[in-house]
Amino acid sequence: MAPKQRTSRVTRNPELIRGVRKHSRSQMYHKRGLWAIKAKNGGKFPHHEKKAAVAEAVAEKVSKFYPADDVKKPLSNTRKHKPTKLRASITPGTVLIILTGRFKGKRVVFLMQLSSGLLLVTGPFKINGVPVRRVNQAYVIATSTKVDISEVNADKFDDKYFAKQVEKKKKKGESEFFEAEKEDKSSLPVEKKDDQKAVDAALLKALEGVPDLKAYLGARFSLKSGMKPHELVF
Amino acid sequence: MVKGRQGERVRLYVRGTILGYKRSKSNQYPNTSLIQIEGVNSKEEVAWYQGKKMAYIYKAKVKQDGTHYRCIWGKVIRPHGNSGVVRAKFKSNLPPKSMGARVRVFMYPSNI
Repeated sequence: MAPKQRTSRVTRNPELIRGVRKHSRSQMYHKRGLWAIKAKNGGKFPHHEKKAAVAEAVAEKVSKFYPADDVKKPLSNTRKHKPTKLRASITPGTVLIILTGRFKGKRVVFLMQLSSGLLLVTGPFKINGVPVRRVNQAYVIATSTKVDISEVNADKFDDKYFAKQVEKKKKKGESEFFEAEKEDKSSLPVEKKDDQKAVDAALLKALEGVPDLKAYLGARFSLKSGMKPHELVF
Repeated sequence: MVKGRQGERVRLYVRGTILGYKRSKSNQYPNTSLIQIEGVNSKEEVAWYQGKKMAYIYKAKVKQDGTHYRCIWGKVIRPHGNSGVVRAKFKSNLPPKSMGARVRVFMYPSNI
């Protein structure tokens, strides 16, 4: 059979609950079109001659462990999350106010939305100390101030860029246990610092044009006496 | 807690007062508390605050997680009456001594 490029097939017979499928045996016979295949083949199911049995190259490894009771196979779940919808007020170049975390109150520039739904944001670092960072939409207020971001290239960043560095664990012998357990905390690798500078360089040029914008981004937002958030226009 | 920056205190929450539990004349229902949010004076204004998280912060003698301060998280559920009072549910019910005490109503989860 000529191997065609097929997309992975969704099952024709979904599981309703564990152990119970939607269609019966005869219904599946009909759904799979076996009646049509048989009809094409003159009333019989087509079969090819058995090839010479391929020598069992590798003896199947007998499993050492069999569970005592039958282990139930978990239901397959093919549900996929939809990407988080970006609020209409948040467009690339919007100034956002971060509400929570280390940088609460800081005004930052929105770059783009990552595939995980989180927002990619930068201070710029020189102005308010916020590096290129991810932030959740719910913890952010969008202001109406927009910055021109056309010069900024943020393609380098994706969710994998921000993943934690996994260090290989080495099995320690007794003597090594007491020696130098702590490896010095890795400072930020130079590439990340350079990425930050690259993004900020382009951004800072755009910021120069607007009066007071740098000071605005450097200042933090705070509620003062008499300010009512539900009446504020951001 | 990183004390990297000193001095600049930003308030990103609205002050609120705990009025008491949801109640009728002679029965009270402690699973819902009533909160008066500063500056909110009508049912329509509460709409902005619905769903916002709030925290009741109190001090204790014993240090937990390295601090004397403890917190009960909750959120604004719905308005209560016509004058801006709000119903709130907390992770665990608020203690009775919290009546009249301060609660912080944050501006997240934000929708603007």
